[in-house]
Amino acid sequence: MLELIVNDKPVKADKGEMLLSVLRRQGIDIPTLCHVEGLTPTGACRLCVVEVEGQSGLVPSCACQVYNGMKVKTHTNRLIEARRTLLELIMSSHPDDCLYCQRRDTCELLELASKLGIKERRYKSVRSNPSLDISSPSIVRDPSKCILCGRCVRVCEEIQGVGAIDFIGRGSDCSVGTAFNEGLNTSSCVNCGQCITACPVGALTEARHINRVLNAMSNPELTIVVQHAPAVSVTLGEMYNLPSAADVQGVMIAGLRKAGFDFVFDTGFSADLTIMEEASELVSRISNGGVLPMMTSCSPAWVKFVEQYYPEMIPSLSTCKSPMQMLGAITKSWWAEKNKLDKSKIFSVAVMPCTAKKFEASRPEMGIGIPDIDAVLTTRELYDLFNIKGVKPFELKPMNNDNPFGQRSTAGKLFGATGGVMEAAIRTAHFLITGENMKNPVITELRDMTGIKEARVKIGELEIGVAVASGLSNARKLLDEIKMGRKDIHFIEIMSCPGGCIGGGGQPYGTDFESVRNRMSLLYKIDKEETVKYSHENQSISELYRDFLGKPLSGKSHTLLHTEYMNRVVMK
Amino acid sequence: MSNISLTDILKEFRDPARDSLIPILQREQQQRGFISKEAMIVIGEKLNLPVSKVYGVASFYNQFRFNAPGLHQIQVCRGTACHVKGSSTVLDSLEMDVGCKSGETSKDGLFSIEVVACVGACSLAPVVVVDGEFHAGMDSTKMRKINKTLRKVHNAER
Repeated sequence: MLELIVNDKPVKADKGEMLLSVLRRQGIDIPTLCHVEGLTPTGACRLCVVEVEGQSGLVPSCACQVYNGMKVKTHTNRLIEARRTLLELIMSSHPDDCLYCQRRDTCELLELASKLGIKERRYKSVRSNPSLDISSPSIVRDPSKCILCGRCVRVCEEIQGVGAIDFIGRGSDCSVGTAFNEGLNTSSCVNCGQCITACPVGALTEARHINRVLNAMSNPELTIVVQHAPAVSVTLGEMYNLPSAADVQGVMIAGLRKAGFDFVFDTGFSADLTIMEEASELVSRISNGGVLPMMTSCSPAWVKFVEQYYPEMIPSLSTCKSPMQMLGAITKSWWAEKNKLDKSKIFSVAVMPCTAKKFEASRPEMGIGIPDIDAVLTTRELYDLFNIKGVKPFELKPMNNDNPFGQRSTAGKLFGATGGVMEAAIRTAHFLITGENMKNPVITELRDMTGIKEARVKIGELEIGVAVASGLSNARKLLDEIKMGRKDIHFIEIMSCPGGCIGGGGQPYGTDFESVRNRMSLLYKIDKEETVKYSHENQSISELYRDFLGKPLSGKSHTLLHTEYMNRVVMK
Repeated sequence: MSNISLTDILKEFRDPARDSLIPILQREQQQRGFISKEAMIVIGEKLNLPVSKVYGVASFYNQFRFNAPGLHQIQVCRGTACHVKGSSTVLDSLEMDVGCKSGETSKDGLFSIEVVACVGACSLAPVVVVDGEFHAGMDSTKMRKINKTLRKVHNAER
């Protein structure tokens, strides 16, 4: 234990801690734009400077380790003046068009400018006007708004192990960009969107599909269906500043109807369908000597990651499409037939916590000729759509999803959290192998925010090893172990984003560890409280198999619900 | 240019890691006069670094070039004295005349332009160095004249 003197008061700290963390724990408000808890400190924005006795210059507290007897001042006039000047300099090379910026309500730069009381532009800078990068199906980059804090660069490299972007050039010519400063679409970007939620300003946003949806809604010939992913209903409430996180499914559905969607379906339904197919695939691979370990395939950024970095492991990927794509395919086949609708007159929208889903929906194999999914909205875009349409969901009476794709088990809902797909799949695999349900369906080892989780699961006579990872750099660790010859793992679940879909790149700006954990506990609460906990007990799923698909892994399933992958060559 | 391939250059480094990046880039440029995209991709793979990082480092330093050098190297001094005496006009007209920006090579492969900070000949400002030869008191007209001569010589030789 170390003792520091902060603003003349004694403060305790641990050895090796960074000064900023210690100060924040004391409730001292230190501004910063480049700091992200858990990532390498860089001191790029320098706003967190403090005075340390014995040092002539100001010290960036995010990158300064504490030592015993350290004497720190945090809010002297010298510091206040320095921080304001630093902020003014950052702002000098930032455009003034806040009125038109997507981040005007959530911009950290704007918030700080107001907090530090900056009222006029004292510095002018000559800026090149770099053009927008709209090459990616998921992410739009506007380098003119970039303040070079480097959060996106660090998230991409350290959390996702991708490193699609880095600082290019130096000095006033410095910018963040891909290798050779080309479009994101030819880079190694996996479209996860973690850079978007990390960005403090409007330099990174999703490729928006709101206009596609609005145009479709104004076309009377089209039937507009929408599906919502499990992570969305446990997150949307935060955007309406609900006091604590809450599941808002009922009012969200009412809002979707009011906004103009004709049918509202639950991606949790097709998550159950995915489990039926995936658990059957796992059982079949185990009993027929198929390729093991089997790896989940519902996270599209992860799928692209495997395609470009580990093409030799493609046979390990489950052939199942993601729940979103499964529901899209079933909607434009069985459901269309049943309701005597022309499938070209159905406009299928998905509300996802994810930006990579936009890329996935655009993959050519996802609906030959007519795409299975026509537009993907992120959680943030749903909020915007509600505003555009004048929908105030919290003033509406809660409603239920439309059948037949409105029923889901809690296993399907768990898809939103890391480890959830694994838990759901084991529940059903257990039933498929032993003919009965597990005594306790909860697998505690797989339930928390840890990056890599492992468990040995007994299913009747059989014991299988399972592993769950979220954050692609964790996936990389796991995959490298498998490549080195590790054989005790049979089933792997990977979610690209830390914490799973609830921490996805389409979730509210500023999503942090704490908010992801809240959303996670909401999902567990739903699993605890609701009665249908097994995908194979979802009545609508049984009906779908009876009426249409036959049985899991049938010919029809294979045509509609399964897919294939490719060796993807990118600049990596 | 020399025949030492990138593969052989990489063999010169024992267990190359991150810290060998700059020496490798320098060796490669020494051999070929510039660093190609293909070379950066290979170097990234070898060092287990994303190619964005390799490009990031390479573009940080003025010493690295990303285009095959032209037949004639034109260096425009943009130091203080040259700036005051109008070197930016010289640079602009030069770029217009040969059809490429500084750091690039013209399409016909004849010229490459480079901006340098100070060549230590301030009394001759603005200075342009063409293939190592200093030209004093430059302006747009003089610059075009030099290029014209170089083109003429080149065409005659062909």
